[in-house]
Amino acid sequence: MKVKQSKYMRLSGLEPLVLNENSNFINVGERTNVAGSRKFLRLIKEEQFDEALDIARHQVDGGAQIIDINMDDGLIDGKESMVRFLNLIAAEPDICRVPIMIDSSKWDIIEAGLQVVQGKCVVNSISLKEGEEKFIWEAKQIKRYGAAVIVMAFDEVGQADNYERRIEIAKRSYDVLVNKVGFPSEDIIFDLNIFPVATGMEEHRKNAIDFIEATRWVRQNLENVSVSGGVSNVSFSFRGNNIVREAMHSVFLYYAIQAGMNMGIVNPTMLEVYDDIPKDLLEHVEDVILDRRDDATERLLEFAETVKGTKVEKTADLSWRENPLQDRITHALVKGLDTFIIEDVEEARQSVERPLHVIEGHLMTGMNVVGDLFGEGKMFLPQVVKSARVMKKAVAYLNPFIEAEKGEGQEAVGKILMATVKGDVHDIGKNIVSVVLACNNYEIVDLGVMVPPEKIIETAIKEKVDAIGLSGLITPSLDEMVYLAKEMQRENFEIPLLIGGATTSKAHTAVKIDTEYKNAVVHVNDASRAVTVVGDLLNKKTSNEYVSKLKQDYDEFRTKFLKRGKEKSYIDLETARARKYTIDWETSEIVKPKEMGVQMLKQLSLKELLPYIDWSPFFRSWDLHGKFPDILTDGVVGEQATVLYNEAQEMIEEVIAKQLLKPRAVFGLFEANSVNDDDISVKKKGEEIAVFRTLRQQLQKREGIPNHALSDFIAPESSGKTDYIGAFCVAIFGAQELAESYKAKDDDYSAIMAQAIADRFAEAFAEYLHKQVRTKHWGYAANEDLTNDELIKESYKGIRPAPGYPACPDHLEKETIWELLDVEKIIGVTLTESLAMWPAAAVSGYYFANPEAKYFGLGKITDDQVRDYAERKGIALDKARKWLHPNIA
Amino acid sequence: MQDIREALKERILVLDGAMGTMLQRYKFTEEDFRGERFKDFPIPLQGNNDLLSITQPKAIKEVHAKYFEAGADIVETNTFSGTTIAMADYQMEDLVYELNYESAKIAKEVADEFTKKEPNKPRFVAGSIGPTNRTASMSPDVNDPGYRAVTFDELRIAYKQQVEALMDGGADILLVETVFDTLNAKAALFAIEEVKDERNLDIPIMLSGTITDASGRTLSGQTAEAFLISVSHIPLLSVGFNCALGANLLQPHLEAIANKTDFAISAHPNAGLPNAFGEYDETPEEMGEQIEAYLKKNLINIIGGCCGTTPEHIKVIADIAAKYQPREAVTLNVVKESH
Repeated sequence: MKVKQSKYMRLSGLEPLVLNENSNFINVGERTNVAGSRKFLRLIKEEQFDEALDIARHQVDGGAQIIDINMDDGLIDGKESMVRFLNLIAAEPDICRVPIMIDSSKWDIIEAGLQVVQGKCVVNSISLKEGEEKFIWEAKQIKRYGAAVIVMAFDEVGQADNYERRIEIAKRSYDVLVNKVGFPSEDIIFDLNIFPVATGMEEHRKNAIDFIEATRWVRQNLENVSVSGGVSNVSFSFRGNNIVREAMHSVFLYYAIQAGMNMGIVNPTMLEVYDDIPKDLLEHVEDVILDRRDDATERLLEFAETVKGTKVEKTADLSWRENPLQDRITHALVKGLDTFIIEDVEEARQSVERPLHVIEGHLMTGMNVVGDLFGEGKMFLPQVVKSARVMKKAVAYLNPFIEAEKGEGQEAVGKILMATVKGDVHDIGKNIVSVVLACNNYEIVDLGVMVPPEKIIETAIKEKVDAIGLSGLITPSLDEMVYLAKEMQRENFEIPLLIGGATTSKAHTAVKIDTEYKNAVVHVNDASRAVTVVGDLLNKKTSNEYVSKLKQDYDEFRTKFLKRGKEKSYIDLETARARKYTIDWETSEIVKPKEMGVQMLKQLSLKELLPYIDWSPFFRSWDLHGKFPDILTDGVVGEQATVLYNEAQEMIEEVIAKQLLKPRAVFGLFEANSVNDDDISVKKKGEEIAVFRTLRQQLQKREGIPNHALSDFIAPESSGKTDYIGAFCVAIFGAQELAESYKAKDDDYSAIMAQAIADRFAEAFAEYLHKQVRTKHWGYAANEDLTNDELIKESYKGIRPAPGYPACPDHLEKETIWELLDVEKIIGVTLTESLAMWPAAAVSGYYFANPEAKYFGLGKITDDQVRDYAERKGIALDKARKWLHPNIA
Repeated sequence: MQDIREALKERILVLDGAMGTMLQRYKFTEEDFRGERFKDFPIPLQGNNDLLSITQPKAIKEVHAKYFEAGADIVETNTFSGTTIAMADYQMEDLVYELNYESAKIAKEVADEFTKKEPNKPRFVAGSIGPTNRTASMSPDVNDPGYRAVTFDELRIAYKQQVEALMDGGADILLVETVFDTLNAKAALFAIEEVKDERNLDIPIMLSGTITDASGRTLSGQTAEAFLISVSHIPLLSVGFNCALGANLLQPHLEAIANKTDFAISAHPNAGLPNAFGEYDETPEEMGEQIEAYLKKNLINIIGGCCGTTPEHIKVIADIAAKYQPREAVTLNVVKESH
């Protein structure tokens, strides 16, 4: 079929929607219509706009390319609701990326809508119903507001209900719009009225075929226009029989689209694939739609009786509710179900003398089962944290009763102070250990993050705690822990010190911390061990023996470790430099970045980061070990990993929908040359604006194996070539606030989940940005096409090492990046005194583009390099020693 | 005088550079800003650059003249903040008509002098219409995303007043610029259409958006193409981008719209990105080199400078622009038959 088309409609939300000769049918979402959705009407009436927005979001996620919004209802203020809802949508990039269809029969509502939407909308609708003058005036206004328009096939006489009337009204409307108003013909959409068929009324028989044929005429004769309609109307008489309705919609669309209908309101869940319709049903439906036989309606009605669809409602298994009270409470704790816990705890409270007995009795009995299952490896960390959530909810309910009784309160088996040390902001691990210990009836005094040593000491004394647990993720935190051990010794403490966190190790604990404190120091790096260790330490009968065994164990470990350390030998810095990694700069390809200078990125949607998430570390943070996605089907942890994964997905969905986390980045690309072997001079127009100091491997290696420094990957000044380097910082804002909001609701599980998700997003953001830089902003790998797996395996060209990590362990270099990119001012990421980034979900580093650049570990360095480094950097030797401490041989 | 539409077909037109950067060179004090007329005004006025059209008209004329001398075909009036909304900060809402009228008049006088001297190179005045300091499609309150500090109608009325004054003062073109929220721009366009309708006359409109960061979107979140579509309902003389980015960073966004519109394409980038002190330090030659890259690609019809650019920059840009042919308008209306 030939349609008349020289221009195509172009609409916009935050993103364009452009029709062209290859465009498929445009699907308009209609659930945000008070006339069409009872649920939406109720939500608007009750001003539950958040949920109303969810409906809009689902439409867009479900594939709606335009969303129709209608507030025409007698019981609501349509104008106010339209404006409010559209304003809220404007703040939701995931919704307003698509164009809006402003749907009302009242002009003042339409105009109010047009005044609050920045993109090019569609007005639904105007018509000649009240005469040409009003029609022209409204069309002029719409044109001036910059919207497309749906024109109903309606005139002063009434609604077009046959082929001739549809054509007559369409032709007249078109002529008025194009000739009298100057309305762009490509912005005209005709709604030619879809009416039901198979109603039993003789005059309705041709309703579908008339629409289809009128559509054909309009597309062939009225240049550039579109044709739209609400498809579900056609099957109205088969309400209740979805199988028939779905088939009718498919058949109708099949023919209408061929005739030129190019947009419409279709519920995708109410649509059968045309080719999948059983032949007999298809024949009956086509007879009706195309009006092929006199008895088509009767035959379809008869046939419909045989294909009535049935639906099975799935309900949760609640049989455990029949069990005795203690079993129910245990079940709720083990399964982490909080739906009935208040009810059950109340029943328990009434059955005992004092409310405290519920905690000591029913709840502890349940938690002991949890503890046993966890100890036996039959429950996993995420489940235990969920159990804790139920426990907390139960205790929170009981507390007012306990206090009212002025009782002594719950007798905890011990009180543990937990803190992330000064300068460090990472606390997922600490939070998990706290929760697990709390489950085991320890009272936790959590001082949070960045806790100064004086506060830890002071609180420990004041609160009379039984043990102190310290956590840290970055290397400077190790020194803070050593310092705290010294302070505890100075204050003559006798309580045990627990050490945990990603950079901590048994070796460091044994060598550096254990020696500073006469009493027990234990390295505990997973939550499941924490309970037994603390139990042994605090058990008055056995603790003396346990502690002396512990001390002996660490002593032996230390001796062994120190001996082993001496076996390695190092070469001096000068020799190491002579053995640098050499690139042939005459032949090595240097690509000049397309975009030099500093840029920021604040308007990214988290959604775009989703494909870049590396899930394996997420499971590790919950003590579930394995590679994603295999872990989901793993024989041991698979089931739990799947639950965890699904819940993470749910939270991510909410986080995206409500924009609870915000990604921000700054990055810059600069001229650079390596100078004096190990420095990288960063330049702007040849003038030095910063210097990165890199560190060189000094381990004695086999002949021919180079001693790397990052500077080896940048062309030296002496080569006469200008090379380039990049630097970046990405961060996810809002995780702390989100975690706090969950904690306030006694939901540590979700709090930890939020932090773990933010960390994943930060890493994904670093991956995403690196790719953008490689392919776009720098453009040295413009044609790369790597899968996420290949990205995780670091198959890309060039590297992005981060200060504080193996290739460049010196955190001080972050300060140089901060200055160079003005990170704090531009995106608001700050550095703590230990040079940890705040917010914690952040990644910063360098970009090296040379194809020969690769990741390496610095290993240990010797004092000559430390001295040289201090001198190059212009800092005191003590300061250099302090920061390079973990790497000094 | 030659119609600007004709001139556009013949050559790449050059727009002027920054007004603010040039005014900084005068180091005007609070007293200078006030002049005799506002010496007793109740609040500080330093920084109200638009006011200088009344209190220091000589300086404004000098800046216009320098840009014309450097080779600009079009200068912008000193009216970037000339709406009641933006002037509320200085309690000068009542002065808006006069500010715009005088600014246009001054610019027009200078333009006419140059046109007289060089009749084969007519000079034009573009009435500068800034974005105001409020956004119609974004909430300034993070806790209430549905709140708006300004409505479409408030913007429309304010813009209408500015447009009328600029036209009365003699502006040849209206330049709606630095659009960070498309809805603000739509209100300005709406107001212009109203004035055109009421006066039954036409005036060319230039429209220039601002891409704020590496995401390639406006502050209100639209992609370059979505922005283009949202403002294409009005017959524009040109559409393009200015401010926020240096010339090289603007290129991908110009490319994103250049083959999607039959309006002329304009660009007036900043002199690079600001350094740590907030100053722009890209030299005319550096900027010229980047701009030459556009011209080679035939992307541009109107080229000029925004923040940090000076007559020296415009001189270099004008010399380069003279070497190249303007972009030919894309015809979108290819007749195609499809099925």
